[in-house]
Amino acid sequence: MDVFLQTLVAGILKGGLYALIGIGMTLIMGVMGIINLAHGQLMMLAMYVTFVLSTMGVDPYVSLFVAMPLLFLLGVAIQKFLLNPLIKVETILPENQVLMTVGIAMVLTEIARFAFTSDYKYVTTSYSSKTFHLGNISFSVALTVAFGIALLFTAAMFWFLLKTDLGRSIRATAQDKDAATLMGVNTERITVITFGLGSGLVAAAGCLLTPIYYIFPDLGGPFTAKAFIITILGGLGSTVGAIFGGVTLALAESMGATYLGMEYEDIVGLTIFILVLLFLPGGFKRLTKV
Amino acid sequence: MKRNFYPLLLLAVLALLPLAVKSNYFLHLMILFLIWVVIGSSWNILAGFTGQVSFGHAAFFGVGAYTAGLLFTHLQVSPWWGMAFGGFAALLIGLPFGAICFPLRGAYFALASLALGEGIRHVATIAENFTGGMVGIMIMPTFISKVPYYYIALALAVMSVLSIRLIVNSKPGYYFVSIREDQDAAASLGINTTLYKNLSLSISAFWTGMAGALYMNYMGFIDPHVVFSLHDYSVMAILVAIVGGVGTIYGPTVGAFIMVAFQEFFRTGFFGLFEYLGDKTGSTAVSVLGDAVKQAHVLGFGILVIVVILYLPNGVVGDWKKIRRNVFRIKPAKEGV
Repeated sequence: MDVFLQTLVAGILKGGLYALIGIGMTLIMGVMGIINLAHGQLMMLAMYVTFVLSTMGVDPYVSLFVAMPLLFLLGVAIQKFLLNPLIKVETILPENQVLMTVGIAMVLTEIARFAFTSDYKYVTTSYSSKTFHLGNISFSVALTVAFGIALLFTAAMFWFLLKTDLGRSIRATAQDKDAATLMGVNTERITVITFGLGSGLVAAAGCLLTPIYYIFPDLGGPFTAKAFIITILGGLGSTVGAIFGGVTLALAESMGATYLGMEYEDIVGLTIFILVLLFLPGGFKRLTKV
Repeated sequence: MKRNFYPLLLLAVLALLPLAVKSNYFLHLMILFLIWVVIGSSWNILAGFTGQVSFGHAAFFGVGAYTAGLLFTHLQVSPWWGMAFGGFAALLIGLPFGAICFPLRGAYFALASLALGEGIRHVATIAENFTGGMVGIMIMPTFISKVPYYYIALALAVMSVLSIRLIVNSKPGYYFVSIREDQDAAASLGINTTLYKNLSLSISAFWTGMAGALYMNYMGFIDPHVVFSLHDYSVMAILVAIVGGVGTIYGPTVGAFIMVAFQEFFRTGFFGLFEYLGDKTGSTAVSVLGDAVKQAHVLGFGILVIVVILYLPNGVVGDWKKIRRNVFRIKPAKEGV
């Protein structure tokens, strides 16, 4: 029972981080209708930013305030100069934007490899391996803090999307781009801001992950995969869904790792992904209608 | 006849090439190029003509390669039997692949294929008893000379491009394109979209599997991370087709040539240019730059993709008129618009 509870707790805590990764992805997905296959790579960049700052003695949680704006700007630039020009071009395949993000992902990974080599980097803090106990269950301090901050960001994101004008414009663009344009929303500007926001959110996830994970250039790929699994689980464009998706994936991974063996961790995620695609296309959004 | 002039000329040059070129290194590059022609063209029939953008072609390639390898390790028969069965094994994998992916559209299809490709890689890694896991499979190459491999690769490339051309120019080919342009309209005209998507996938998987089997025989070593690699095969197949021209018959051939040349261009430091300059000028900066360039081929690919998608969204072949107009300043005889 203890093992089960421990796995459950670890899964839920990790789920908070996954939710943060997923929300960024689902925002971009919802507004632009494309999958951003450079999402994990953006997170990897944020982790390197945290790493560089930590060598100067800056705490990972403080570097959140540097990495997020930086990645926001990078996201804005990517959308403005690389993705938006593609909308106007007529091509055979509508997936050109997705393929563009693949190119961007490759470039980001290789730039990181140039700057930092392929070696694993660690950011060790005083709380990296600290735990506290509630009953028989141990909680990793760093993961718990990450979970808390992730919740905070998620709540802030909700407030932003529901209550502010800009947030409303983003939701309007996601629901119906043409109608939003007719209502006077500058949808092109909205896509730029959304990509920036998505990048910023995944940057936050990166910073929060840094104290408990290692950093290497190829880390982006697996996390991109996780991000789209989360988004599909939750339903494209659904923010609530992304939280459910994140927690589900994290739980499934922890359960798989505990009860099947570490090497099954990824397979469990992929299997769930394919099952959801087959039996619940549209993800949890279909169940919750949110 | 005029329409076939350039392909036939290319074929003649390729067929005579080993007589003129004795360098093993160069033949190796040409074999890689031919293998990429097969993979790129196969990807293109599914994505470029039928509109189903697959991110999981490494699955078919890997299954083909593993068929050849496993026939050898388990049944002790020549891995060349893989050339007989590899394509069909990939086709067999392709059918459940299609059953899972084809109900989905657009981005969902792309993601599902990516997940399946990755899933198969994990299976191949975990099923150690059957596949040898990360240890991989090693075989002794049959021929020492590269020339036999070259001709086998050439035959495979010609057969695959020819068969794809035949199909694209026949009735199923038009069905493929109609599915790409508007699946619902195609279905409402009475085209069995599921059947034709599966047909397209089968052809695609078959040739990719054959390329995999040839790879096993030629390279002599495979492991799950090599042949099921998302970036080295699934994504590279896409790049080959995109650079050359999606939805054109010879686009992937051109794309394969550009990609292999491009990769080698970087890997050798612009064919030794930097080393030469470094020795000549004695400047360490040039040598350092040269070393950096050698490691930059993936970065180069990434930038190439971005540039191609931005400026040549239909690839070199698809946008040939545009290139002629802008680069060579030649006005096309008849401007369509």
